[in-house]
Amino acid sequence: MVISQEARAAIDGEIARYPRKRGALLPALHVVQNELGHLSPEATREVAEIFELEPVEVMEVISFYNMFHAKPGGRHHVYVCTNLPCSLRGARDLLRSLEAHLGIEAGETTSDGRITLGHEECLGACGYAPMLRVGETYHEDLDETRAKEILDALE
Amino acid sequence: MLTVPYTTGYLTEHFADDAFTTLAGYRARGGYEAAKKAVTEMAPADVIALVKDSGLQGRGGAGFSTGLKWSFMPTEGDAPKYLVCNADESEPGSFKDRILLERGAHQMLEGILIAAWATGADATFVYVRGEYAFPAEQLSRAVAEAYEAGLLGENIFGKGFEHDVIVHRGAGAYICGEETGLLESLEGKKGQPRKKPPFPAQFGAFGMPTTVNNVETFSHVPHIVRNGAEWFKGIGTEKSPGNTVFGVSGHVVRPGLYELPLGTPLDEIVFEHAQGVPDGRKVKGVIPGGMSMPILPAGMLDVPMANEHLRERKTMLGTGGIMVMDERTCMVRTACVITYFFRDESCGQCTQCREGTGWLNKIVERIERGAGSESDLDLLLDVCGKMEAKTICAFADAAAWPVQGLLRHFREDFEEHVRQKKCPFPESFEL
Repeated sequence: MVISQEARAAIDGEIARYPRKRGALLPALHVVQNELGHLSPEATREVAEIFELEPVEVMEVISFYNMFHAKPGGRHHVYVCTNLPCSLRGARDLLRSLEAHLGIEAGETTSDGRITLGHEECLGACGYAPMLRVGETYHEDLDETRAKEILDALE
Repeated sequence: MLTVPYTTGYLTEHFADDAFTTLAGYRARGGYEAAKKAVTEMAPADVIALVKDSGLQGRGGAGFSTGLKWSFMPTEGDAPKYLVCNADESEPGSFKDRILLERGAHQMLEGILIAAWATGADATFVYVRGEYAFPAEQLSRAVAEAYEAGLLGENIFGKGFEHDVIVHRGAGAYICGEETGLLESLEGKKGQPRKKPPFPAQFGAFGMPTTVNNVETFSHVPHIVRNGAEWFKGIGTEKSPGNTVFGVSGHVVRPGLYELPLGTPLDEIVFEHAQGVPDGRKVKGVIPGGMSMPILPAGMLDVPMANEHLRERKTMLGTGGIMVMDERTCMVRTACVITYFFRDESCGQCTQCREGTGWLNKIVERIERGAGSESDLDLLLDVCGKMEAKTICAFADAAAWPVQGLLRHFREDFEEHVRQKKCPFPESFEL
C-alpha cells in the first residue's frame, strides 16, 4: 500500500460528503497527490480500488486535469501564467529569464530535483500580472528580481 | 497582491474591513437578515418572483435571467434537489469571483441560502477551481462558521428548513466552467459537457434537478431581498440592472477590480478608472468581457458595458474582464495566445472543436512566422464558420469569436504579416 492510513481516512471523509462515492474522486486524488507528490500507477490502482473503478477510469481523469501529475516532478512546482493579460505585461520574458536562471526549459526539472518549471493558462490574477504560483501559493505583481528571489528561497 | 476594488458598491464596500470576512463582522453589517426575512416571511415562489422582477442576470458570462432559471426547478417530487455555485472562474481576464470568495464568502453563502429556500434545494456544491486554494480555504472557514451558528444544517431560522453546503475543489480545466462540464467533473469524471436537453433543472448533479449560478450572481441576491426589486432596477441600465465587478488588465496604469453599474461606458472604465495606457501611449484595442468575447478597436470604446449595447458592436459583456492593448501590440500575436489557449483547453469531445481549435492556432502561428498567405485569412474565417453552433457546448463558439473579432477590426495586421513575410510589430509583447 502506498496510500497512508491518514490519507485513507481523509478520503473516507471526502466520500461521506457526496451523494455518490465517485463525487469524491477529485478530492481523493488531491489528497493522494499532496501526500505522495504525484499519482503513480500504484497509487492510481489503489484509488481505483477504493472507488470501485477500473484503473483506466482513474487514469483518464488524472490526464484530463492540469493539476494532477502522473509522473514525479521536482519538490516545488512553479508555474508562470502566460495567458494574454500576463503576456501583455511581460510574462514570456519573465519565463525566459527564469529558465535561464534555473538552467532548464519550461516543462523540465532542475537536476537537484528542487524545482519543476512550467507555464500555465490563466490563473485568475490578470490585474496583478505577471505572476507565478508555487504549488498552491500565488505570487503576484512580479518583476524578474523578485521572481528569482522567490525561486531561490525554495528548498 | 489581491487588493479590494478601486471603486466599490453594495457588493464590495466592506471588503477592506477584515471583520467582514467573519460571521460576527458580516452580521454586524446586517448580514443574514435578508436570508432570515426570505425564510421566515416569504414563500419560495415570492422569492423567485422578486428575483425575476429585479431583472438580475447571471454574472458568469451568459447573462441569463436568474429568477427565470430558478423557476425551472421542479416543485414536486421527493428526489433531492441541488444548487451548484460555479466558482470555477477560468475565463482569461476575469478575476472577480476570487475576491468575492476571499472577502465576501458570507455574502455569497447568504445568497445561496436564499436561493435554496426559493428552489427547495437540499444542498449546494460550490465548485471552486483547483488553483484557488486560498479562496477555497476562506470559503470553507465561512461555511464552518455558518454551520456552527445554525445558519446551515438543520432547522435553519427555526423553520424546519435544511440546507448543506459542500465546498468542492476542481483540478485545473477551463471547460469545467461550462455548467454541464462542471457537473460531470463534480461527479468525479472528465469535465466533458453534456448534450442538452435534458437541462440541469431536470437532470443535473448526480442526476438530480440542479440550478447552477455564478459566485457573483449569488452575491447580489441578499441585496435584492433586503432592498427590493425597484432599488435594484434603479442601478445600471433598464435591460441590464445592477452593479458588476469589472476586472481590468493589460496595458493600463491601474489594473485591478472596479465595482460599477452595468452600462458604465467602456472608455470611462479604461481611461478614467484604470487611468489609461502608461507612458502616454495610445490604446489599440480592448477585449471587453473575457477572452472569448470579440475585441473592439480604439474608436469603438464609447459603448455602455451592457449586452444590449455591446451586441450592436458584435461583442458581449461576458464576465466583464476588460483587457487593454496599447498601440505597440501585434494582433496576430494576440491571436496566437488566444488560439493556443483554446487549443490547449478543448475537451476533445467534438471534432469541430478539437480539430478547429488546432487549425486556428496553426494558421495564426504560420502567419506570425511570416509563412502565411493571403488565402489564410479567409481560411481562418472558414474554419470559424465550421466551428460555430455545431458542437455540444459553446466552447467552440468562444474559440471562434475572438478570431473573427480580430479579423473584423485588425485585418490589416494580418495582411501586413503576409506582405512583409515577418511580424511588423517589433515592439509588441513577446511570444
